[in-house]
Amino acid sequence: MATVSLKNLTKRYGNMEIVHGIDLDIADREFIALVGPSGCGKSTTLRMIAGLEDISGGNIDIGGRLVNDLPPRSRNISMVFQSYALYPHMTVRENLGFSLKIAGAAKDDMDRRVAEASAILGLDDLLERRPSQLSGGQRQRVAMGRAIVRDPDVFLFDEPLSNLDAKLRTQMRTEIKKLHAKVKSTVIYVTHDQVEAMTLADRIVIMRAGHIEQVGTPDEVFSRPATRFVAGFIGSPPMNLHEATVSDGRLVFGGGDSLPLPGQFKSKTAAGDKVVFGIRPDDFYPTGHGLSSGGETEVHRVDLPVSITEPLGNETLVFAEFNGADWVSRMLNPKPLKAGDRIGMSFDLSRAHLFSAETGKSLRN
Amino acid sequence: MDENASARLIRRTLTVAHRVGLFLAMLVICLPGIWIVLSSLRPTVEIMAKPPVWIPQQLSFDAYVAMFSGIGKGGIPVLDYFRNSLIISVTSTVIAVAIGMAGGYAFARYRFRGKSGMFLGLMLTRTVPGIAMSLPLFFVYARLGIIDTHFGMILAYVALNIPFTIWLIDGFFRQVPKDLAEAAQIDGCTRWQAFCQVEFPLARPGIASAAIFAFLTCWNEFALASQLTRSVNSKTLPVGLLDYTAEFTIDWRGMCALAVVMIIPALTLTYIVQKHLVGGLTSGAVKG
Repeated sequence: MATVSLKNLTKRYGNMEIVHGIDLDIADREFIALVGPSGCGKSTTLRMIAGLEDISGGNIDIGGRLVNDLPPRSRNISMVFQSYALYPHMTVRENLGFSLKIAGAAKDDMDRRVAEASAILGLDDLLERRPSQLSGGQRQRVAMGRAIVRDPDVFLFDEPLSNLDAKLRTQMRTEIKKLHAKVKSTVIYVTHDQVEAMTLADRIVIMRAGHIEQVGTPDEVFSRPATRFVAGFIGSPPMNLHEATVSDGRLVFGGGDSLPLPGQFKSKTAAGDKVVFGIRPDDFYPTGHGLSSGGETEVHRVDLPVSITEPLGNETLVFAEFNGADWVSRMLNPKPLKAGDRIGMSFDLSRAHLFSAETGKSLRN
Repeated sequence: MDENASARLIRRTLTVAHRVGLFLAMLVICLPGIWIVLSSLRPTVEIMAKPPVWIPQQLSFDAYVAMFSGIGKGGIPVLDYFRNSLIISVTSTVIAVAIGMAGGYAFARYRFRGKSGMFLGLMLTRTVPGIAMSLPLFFVYARLGIIDTHFGMILAYVALNIPFTIWLIDGFFRQVPKDLAEAAQIDGCTRWQAFCQVEFPLARPGIASAAIFAFLTCWNEFALASQLTRSVNSKTLPVGLLDYTAEFTIDWRGMCALAVVMIIPALTLTYIVQKHLVGGLTSGAVKG
């Protein structure tokens, strides 16, 4: 069990800088998710922590020990690969016990630890099979078993669920969460799926183009996104984001429509400022069909035409036309609607976000 | 006749036609081999007969007995040739496969300057026919004094085989996912252990086939060997076949008998190694 600390960590390939000096402190037993779109440097960062990639600058500390130049085997980590990377010429038992065999563990110690891991992951019936005889979910479990057998300081997961179908992914997500509760170790989990990150992690690190955009708890990154990128990346369906200009206490959009400037931003903007207005589908809803927590203090109502609807059973996503664009809203307790209907929509402006159009940074602070 | 019955009939006819076709094809492929075995057992008169005698009238092992008899009784130093062939082929195969593994692994796993040029260069050496090299090699070997030695032959065969073994083994290492070696390193292996424990076992079918090809190339090679060998010191079996040609006669029966003796070890080796040639061993390593 250990802390992990990255200081000014940099990765260059030739003249191309992929990771631009990131800093991150991960507490002991914390579950950290690195998320971001493809090519944002999250996997490279994980591979640098694992020792599979050389670092071009900065420091990596695991459990207070500088590991910059140590080979992977000396870092006491284990890793679950996206491809699972099971050894195809070995049985499940041999796969699980491989690291112990290499370390020269005694036979009975090895058997005991393999049995423990196999019990935790429900692999007892599969021990004599080869990876080619397993289903995707079973292979995934063997890969996790191989990781826990080593009893490492830090677990690294590299998009472990992206090769599974949607149903199995949800199931394995729950298993990973249970596993973390059981083994109580530090976990660094890379994914491009924000739902996985939100559900699993204690803290989420959102990366973009080799920089860290924001580090925070799932609630923080959802409710108080630090940048326009984070606001658009976290949450499904994504936040409505539209550029506007501050004028006379109102936000004027490019199409000519306008909304009142939310109260909490009045002191933080000046007339003529270019901003990006953001509102989550949960805070922009058909009147009477919102979360109606009763706490809304600043609701703006307007009648808008419906362009399309996406019924999901318990709720319906309503795309309403405002300022020449489709804004997505979440309709709870849905009633039938069809395209072209005009309905009353509510903007809960107390929960709206404003970002600088220039820097993309939140204007909240 | 209803539709199903006629469909069944067509399917049966096609199956029979398929088998007959396969039998004929196999016959064409195997006939030269069968003919050599037959010819080694029958008198020269029958071998040379026109029209050919398809069904042998008399069979005898005389040629085999004579082959192993002393010189002057129709015998040739077949055991010496056999020993030379074995030493030269096995040694050069082992060296070529070892270098091929190192080279193939490097080409499959590492990025380095001039990689594709080097690879192309290796392939281009395969375009030079062996016989075209025999004269230059003869001059060089004559100066170095390594004509008619095992060392000289091994050197030539290693050089001949390396481009091919590298190419073949490179292809097999490429099929072994890189993740596996990385997983092994995280599991506590050194780079070398990861190779021995994980990558080598998975590429073994490829390495086995490279070994068979290299061995057979050496075992059967005639053009270079006929120039670079002189005596029982280094003459290999294919060159030994020439012992059956005299000024005015060719002992076809003896030659065929020696050819059979040559084929047997090659067949045996291929049979032993072929069980390692099962492909698809990497299936199940990664998703799928």
